[in-house]
Amino acid sequence: MARAVTQKRKLIATLAAWTIGMAIFFPIFWTILTSFKTEAEAISDPPSLFWFDWTLENYGVVNERSNYPLHFMNSVIISVGSTVLGLIIAVPAAWSMAFVPGKRTKDVLMWMLSTKMLPPVGVLIPIYLISRNLGVLDSRVALVVVLTLINLPIIVWMLYTYFKEIPGEILEAARMDGATLKSEILYVLTPMAVPGIASTVLLNIILAWNEAFWTLNLTAAKAAPLTAFIASYSSPEGLFYAKLSAASTMAIAPILIMGWFSQKQLVRGLTFGAVK
Amino acid sequence: MNTTLRALLGATALCTVASVASAQTLTIATVNNGDMVRMQGLASEFEAQNPGIELEWVTLEENVLRQRVTTDIATNGGQYDVMTIGTYEVPIWGKQGWLLSLNDLPEEWDADDLLPAIRDGLTVDGELYAAPFYGESSMVMYRKDLMEEAGLEMPDAPTWDFIREAAAAMTDRENEIYGICLRGKAGWGENMAFLTAMNNSFGGKWFDEEWNAQFDSEAWANTLNFYIDMMNESGPPGASNNGFNENLTLFQTGKCGMWIDATVAASFVSNPDDSQVADQVGYALAPDNGLGRRGNWLWAWSLAIPAGTDSPEAAKAFVQWATSKEYTALVAENEGWANVPPGTRTSLYENENYADIPFAQMTLDSINSADPTNPSVDPVPYTGVQFVAIPEFQGIATAVGQQFSAALAGQTSVEDALANAQELTTNEMEDAGY
Repeated sequence: MARAVTQKRKLIATLAAWTIGMAIFFPIFWTILTSFKTEAEAISDPPSLFWFDWTLENYGVVNERSNYPLHFMNSVIISVGSTVLGLIIAVPAAWSMAFVPGKRTKDVLMWMLSTKMLPPVGVLIPIYLISRNLGVLDSRVALVVVLTLINLPIIVWMLYTYFKEIPGEILEAARMDGATLKSEILYVLTPMAVPGIASTVLLNIILAWNEAFWTLNLTAAKAAPLTAFIASYSSPEGLFYAKLSAASTMAIAPILIMGWFSQKQLVRGLTFGAVK
Repeated sequence: MNTTLRALLGATALCTVASVASAQTLTIATVNNGDMVRMQGLASEFEAQNPGIELEWVTLEENVLRQRVTTDIATNGGQYDVMTIGTYEVPIWGKQGWLLSLNDLPEEWDADDLLPAIRDGLTVDGELYAAPFYGESSMVMYRKDLMEEAGLEMPDAPTWDFIREAAAAMTDRENEIYGICLRGKAGWGENMAFLTAMNNSFGGKWFDEEWNAQFDSEAWANTLNFYIDMMNESGPPGASNNGFNENLTLFQTGKCGMWIDATVAASFVSNPDDSQVADQVGYALAPDNGLGRRGNWLWAWSLAIPAGTDSPEAAKAFVQWATSKEYTALVAENEGWANVPPGTRTSLYENENYADIPFAQMTLDSINSADPTNPSVDPVPYTGVQFVAIPEFQGIATAVGQQFSAALAGQTSVEDALANAQELTTNEMEDAGY
């Protein structure tokens, strides 16, 4: 009897998970579907699900009008660059807080998180002026630095909770064997934390890829990533839903595929440890 | 050999310097709409005529673009050489000294050919600060077949009472046909553009000459009550979420009897590729109440040059090209007269080829009947027909728009919405030092 209940529960849980998953995925699915419709078909009522004249016209128009490879490369450089730079700063920071905590370590962690609580537009003008004075407006460098700063609290927090799970005794043993601080972090800690670092990297690439405030406000023509590419197809006066959908599909496809392939690490990273 | 090599290297270096010096890159910020996209496509002509100038385009959604270029111009960021801005920004930015005057564009550009209402909206203290690329007003678009079924005939210049009566007569809720579709979505450029213009025709205004908010006036109460009653009688369900695109969709799929909105919509609703009712659309002036002002607005997407540009001459050359009569001819030649950017020049409406476009005359009459320097029945201290050209307006009008949208949705009463609007406008204006 008990077994039957478990089975039933499993079934309900599975169904619920699929329903929620489908509900979350539906807008993306609909966007992809709309990208293959004509503009007239995109607004037809009732909407057609699969039985319409599939067309690649929107992709043709989008490719002709925009420089997709440029935006794509900008997105890759900005998201990977900011994540790598973030890791270089966050690994030592998380190490010190996890293994040599001081009296104020918790406060420092909270303070770092509190920087995420300010709406970004509050610092738009100062950051814009600094970028202008340094001559880095519309450059990838500026975006890499700004996105690193924005995502740094999350990287540090994730790594910190990961490192906390690693027994300090192992590091002590390494020290006993004469490892320097550098080799302790590089050769002992980092290899053990690789799964955690991997999920942190993945999550931050996704966050940086989707960031649509700074990437729009600090760029013009040269450094604009895919977020600006999407924004160029949205229009409050005119129905260009099919083209907008095609642009959106092209912008999210790379990160969606990356997400699918690295699902395991991502889920593990997000659910790891008791803190989260 | 060595000397030759050095000389060659030196010459190459000099050439590089020379070519860098002569090639100028213009960065142009623009909105995503049909006319602007068409201009991008044709811009290779300009580059061919001006070999030293290269064009770089930044196309963004209207609201993103507004935030983006405002940040840049306010901080003198210098990211753009040409900006696409509207009639709302031009007077404010012109007064701040942020834009270059275009009074010195050559005579053949023919500033006197610009439509007076449009030109006035872009001029501050005698200086033209932006060149209009296309202009629009608002008008009534209606279904001829439904009007006939209802046994009514649309006059060229209807009154609000006629519109309300016709809307009720055309409504057939069982078949999902609604007599009137109007903007209800909150926003200074959404429902407030429509309601501010409508309020002008009801004899109302935003501020009196001492900058006191006027939402406690009878005119605003009449405007809002009329709008909400008419929408409840004959409007589509969920109208408080409808903006331009939602109403365009409803109209094109045959669900609206009448739609009062931007004249630029005429080219969409009459296009058989997109619209199911293309052959049944008629046009009329925006309604009035016999007080001397109609409920139509005035807008022009215009090209302006920020004062911080490092290529003022090249930027002027581009603005001159894109807003010239020659550009109009170029579009007509490549894409047909229906696709020419409308609403900026008298000469376009005198052109026989253009007169065949069914909505051309009504667009011109609508634009001519708007007066941005004198928008209301009573004198007001501001310019702008469907907006007030002060920097505070965007924030205030969006907050007021939320009140009115809530009233349309039935979440609050008209009295409360107006009282809240009066209070928040008064507070904001006091804080801003008016």
